[in-house]
Amino acid sequence: MHDLKPVTALGQSAPVAETIGTITIAENDTLALASVAARMGHEEACHAILKKLIGAVPGPGKAQLHDPQAGFWTGPDQWMVSAPRETHELLADTLTPMFGQTATITEQSGAWVCFDVTGAAMSDLCERLCAVPIRKMDAGGALRTMIHQMGCFVIRCKADDHIRILGPRASANSLHHALTTAAHSIA
Amino acid sequence: MIIDHPLLGPRDAAEFTYMGDAKLIDRPDPDADTAAQDFHDYAYLRDNPAGWHQELWFHEAGDRSWLVVTRNTLTHEISKVELARDVARSRGRNK
Amino acid sequence: MSQKNRIAGGQIDRAKTLKFSFDGRSYAGHPGDTLASALLANGVRLMGRSFKYHRPRGALSAGSEEPNALVELRGGARQEPNTRATTVELFDGLLAKSQNRMGSLRFDLLAINDRLSNFLTAGFYYKTFMWPAAFWEKLYEPVIRKAAGLGSLSGKDDPDVYDKGFLHCDLLIIGAGPAGLAAALTAGRAGADVILADEDFSMGGRLNSETFAVGDRSGADWAAQTVAELASLSNVRLMPRTTIIGAFDHGTYGGLERVSDHLHSPDAGKPRQILWRIYAKRALLCAGATERPIAFDNNDRPGVMLGAALRTYANRFGAAADRRVAIFTNNDDGHRTARDLHAKGVRISAVVDVRPDAPLHPDYQVLRGAQVVDTRGRLGLSFIDVRQADGTMRVVECGALGVSGGWNPNVHLTCHQRGLPVWDDAIAAFVPGENLPVGMAVAGAANGVFTTAGALRSGAAGAVAALDLGQTPDLPQTEDAPVNITPFWYVKGCARAWLDQQNDVTVKDVKLSHQEGFRSVEHLKRYTTLGMATDQGKTSNMGGLAIMAELAGKTIPQVGTTIFRPPYTPTAIGAFAGRHRGQGFHPTRLTPSHKWAQEQGAVFVEVGNWMRAQWFPQPGETHWRQSVDREVLATRKSVGVCDVTTLGKIDVQGTDAAAFLNTIYCNGFAKLAVGKVRYGLMLREDGIAMDDGTAARLAEDHFVVTTTTANALPVYRHMEFVHQCLFPDLDVQLISTTEAWAQYAVAGPNSRKLLEKIVDQDISNAAFPFMACANITVCGGLRARLFRISFSGELAYEIAVPTMYGDALIRRIMAEGAEFGVTPYGTEALGVMRIEKGHATGNEINGTTTAQNLGMGRMVSTKKDSIGAVLSRREGLNRADDLRQVGIKPVDPAEKVPAGAHLMNAQGPVDAVHDQGYVTSACYSPNLGHHIALGFLKNGGNRIGEELRLVSPLTGVETRVEIVSPHFIDPEGERLRA
Repeated sequence: MHDLKPVTALGQSAPVAETIGTITIAENDTLALASVAARMGHEEACHAILKKLIGAVPGPGKAQLHDPQAGFWTGPDQWMVSAPRETHELLADTLTPMFGQTATITEQSGAWVCFDVTGAAMSDLCERLCAVPIRKMDAGGALRTMIHQMGCFVIRCKADDHIRILGPRASANSLHHALTTAAHSIA
Repeated sequence: MIIDHPLLGPRDAAEFTYMGDAKLIDRPDPDADTAAQDFHDYAYLRDNPAGWHQELWFHEAGDRSWLVVTRNTLTHEISKVELARDVARSRGRNK
Repeated sequence: MSQKNRIAGGQIDRAKTLKFSFDGRSYAGHPGDTLASALLANGVRLMGRSFKYHRPRGALSAGSEEPNALVELRGGARQEPNTRATTVELFDGLLAKSQNRMGSLRFDLLAINDRLSNFLTAGFYYKTFMWPAAFWEKLYEPVIRKAAGLGSLSGKDDPDVYDKGFLHCDLLIIGAGPAGLAAALTAGRAGADVILADEDFSMGGRLNSETFAVGDRSGADWAAQTVAELASLSNVRLMPRTTIIGAFDHGTYGGLERVSDHLHSPDAGKPRQILWRIYAKRALLCAGATERPIAFDNNDRPGVMLGAALRTYANRFGAAADRRVAIFTNNDDGHRTARDLHAKGVRISAVVDVRPDAPLHPDYQVLRGAQVVDTRGRLGLSFIDVRQADGTMRVVECGALGVSGGWNPNVHLTCHQRGLPVWDDAIAAFVPGENLPVGMAVAGAANGVFTTAGALRSGAAGAVAALDLGQTPDLPQTEDAPVNITPFWYVKGCARAWLDQQNDVTVKDVKLSHQEGFRSVEHLKRYTTLGMATDQGKTSNMGGLAIMAELAGKTIPQVGTTIFRPPYTPTAIGAFAGRHRGQGFHPTRLTPSHKWAQEQGAVFVEVGNWMRAQWFPQPGETHWRQSVDREVLATRKSVGVCDVTTLGKIDVQGTDAAAFLNTIYCNGFAKLAVGKVRYGLMLREDGIAMDDGTAARLAEDHFVVTTTTANALPVYRHMEFVHQCLFPDLDVQLISTTEAWAQYAVAGPNSRKLLEKIVDQDISNAAFPFMACANITVCGGLRARLFRISFSGELAYEIAVPTMYGDALIRRIMAEGAEFGVTPYGTEALGVMRIEKGHATGNEINGTTTAQNLGMGRMVSTKKDSIGAVLSRREGLNRADDLRQVGIKPVDPAEKVPAGAHLMNAQGPVDAVHDQGYVTSACYSPNLGHHIALGFLKNGGNRIGEELRLVSPLTGVETRVEIVSPHFIDPEGERLRA
């Protein structure tokens, strides 16, 4: 076992959580992520394995909120699969043999920062950040959009007041700043 | 503008990058005798119609699909949006 | 000071008093007042000076169409010029100053301009200051800028913040007057997602300004009750203080919400304003109508106002412009003003109606068939001169004159998508035409429906039609009087009769414009500046058009209107910037070693959005060159480490990955062995170089492609284009992994020794030779990638670990490398080493150069097709004397070789015709002890050893230089393979 200590996307040893008004913005540092892209001609086989893994094949704009593995659509025949990092640190290595030649699996754990945003004013916050029609979005909606010029995934979770935002990891501080200033705006 | 993405529905044009005439799909045959002239025309000659135009838009901040958007350059009316991959295949492109 | 013109009634809260200051004097008003209504209540009619002639001016209107009453609001950094007193919501402690005056408002030194008016007519800028040209810059412009112009800026940073936001709705209703409220009620009760936006702080529109009943209550009460019901509906979003400033493509609207403008200053963390982008499936424009004045001599005197504005001030604000008022009208609406004011105890001196059959009133005199031809009074209205139907003149005493020339529907937003309004004779005004923005319909006065009952009906019907609802709800009974109007634009024979009061354009100017041949409305507008002020001619354009039509012997619709463009009312630049200013201008990308580099005191540079360490100053180093020289020498002597995470990384996978790279790169990749890396050059389809980088084959079906930092996004986009649009059936999957991996270059003769302490596998020269790559583990099992590639020209590696371990890895490298004196280096040292090695970057691959120019012409494979291959072979790009990349060094080692300078032959003229090439990259080489450079030189490959002149006429540089090989260091590449 190696002895290197990871840091969170915000550059800290532990994730940051902050409550502003009714909104809580919590960095989620527990996700392992891997992308799954079906290979040409193997789409159906890939779908079958994905369905077995996470319980469904999410269509455009959709996520499968499942435990422990979840997944959401990222493009035509492409998905992001997530699982708890504690138990699935090598998620890509785990998925590769499962999908075999039916899909290309790419390690993505390091590429993203994830924030869980909860609270009564979640929709108001969302309206200050991006063009996602948050009030029309059902649980399991997952859209990529721009937040302050950063391409982010916005995933509507099961609880009505909960969205999960995945943004580019190198811009974690900028995204966090965008979220907290918007929270202060609506507080 | 709003582009009605064939998979994702209406999306703000701000999420897209524009690349102009969809004739860029019709890359000439590099082995043809006339390849030099064909590529010249392909790379440099574009129609710039006042009216209906097929053009390429890339959903850069979305699902990264290239789209062929049929748009009226005078009114910005959009009559059709297709996945460029499907259009390319229908025009005989493969490997 | 007492509020001497405060009268009974209105929707102000008299229980509370607000103190405010105008031009240094204190006044009192009440919540619900605007600055203009409070000033009028305090007997202040004079609110500013005019733009050109410095004539005294007061409020003309009671709304956002106001041309005159512009003030500088607030002080210090928050000072805002050109704020309309008629829309400023009064708050306690409000501070306002009049603008456009020299000296005091009452004694303006530049009022002399008024006497010079014969010289300052239409087009005076064009005529007067044509010659001599230098006088314009040095004399005329500064003087005019000081004399004319509007308010002044604070010159300080705006201390407020602005938000942007995004809203979606089924129906956007623009304007909350009777039509808008009826529409919102209809749509809201039906369950649709409705946004109701109104620029006013109090919803209700004209209902708040009128006295007639709606159903069993006053119009204002009905509005309040309706707003209360709408507020109780969760599907309705009420947005008062929100101006819809533009109608854009496909149902997108811009809405400016003034969140904090009615407060002394915004609460902490709160925005001053929010610019909303509203996505509306349908929109209903219920923007009402704007009353228009009639032009007559000296019609700009403070106290001369729009008739309905007098009514608004009286009914809504409990303020009279004066205790003695006259009316000048061509339609029945003027009489409504007279009746309302009379009922409030204001004395009506006379109602002057141009119509011979005007209605009479028992309590005051109505002068039928009469016209107001002139006014008198110093700094404000005292008398009007009336020409009666029989031609006799009569003087009428009054402190305010309500002018009512009819109403113009607010069609502006219907025209934002090139729609043109059409003329309606019945109301003598333009109404919306057919070419409305997609999804928009118009109701109420904006559509030429001028009765309250009609507005309610058309608003409700508009909602029903927009949402495809079954039935219209029951609507209350209310005023339904017909419009009686006789078009009347200006009094014949007048000259100094103002049309555009903000830009000081008179009837005479329009006549002059016509006389001088500027007859199209667009020319008229630009020549006279009619309608070009901050109010965009809301009260003046129609008058100008009507006069132009008459002069040209045409009808108004034949003359047509100018184009209406967004924004509907002036909008602060800050609102467009939103949070994207200063530090927030764009997102910042931090490398995985950022925190560590900060601890080392690194100096950072912004590259794209990335913050990269530029150099790492050590104690005692006082100049950046000292740090950079040290970093370069230490790396070449022992080992250095540099964060190269910013290079774009794209994983290219799939059974056709190799074939795909063969297409993308001009050189071949099909035969690259697994575990090997190759340099690749991408061309554009026109044969020009696009980007370069490396591709590492980690498996038969898996490559990792690197791009330059700047081109990471465009290259990825290009690759997706080639895949999706040109070769859709290739089995290739592309994904950016730039941020997934923390990547460090470890370079220098001791780099292997250092990495051997970190990497778990054998990386000896035999096991891991130059251009090898592999998936490895480090530090006892962490997965990583290792590439033996070199940008510096030294024995070098790039090592990548998952980003979250990047911080730990740089610390480990530094700790394990201590025995070798490992030195962190920044982008400057990186740049020096690559110039010493002759490697191209964006300076050389600059969008104009070919593989041939870069000395890589032979890399373009002729055995296969690739993007750009065909056109790279064309004659024009393959001439013998083409530019070729060369090295450049000064003949005198003490001289610099500045980048951007041009190469000229040793003898002969220095000009563009004799240009031989240019310097792209330059630096001081600590290894060679003098400056070096890379550049492009005509036929450069055959001119090694030649002496040329390097010139930069702009900076006065002329240096003798020698052309050398671009590979200054280790030209044989022995170090790479060590």
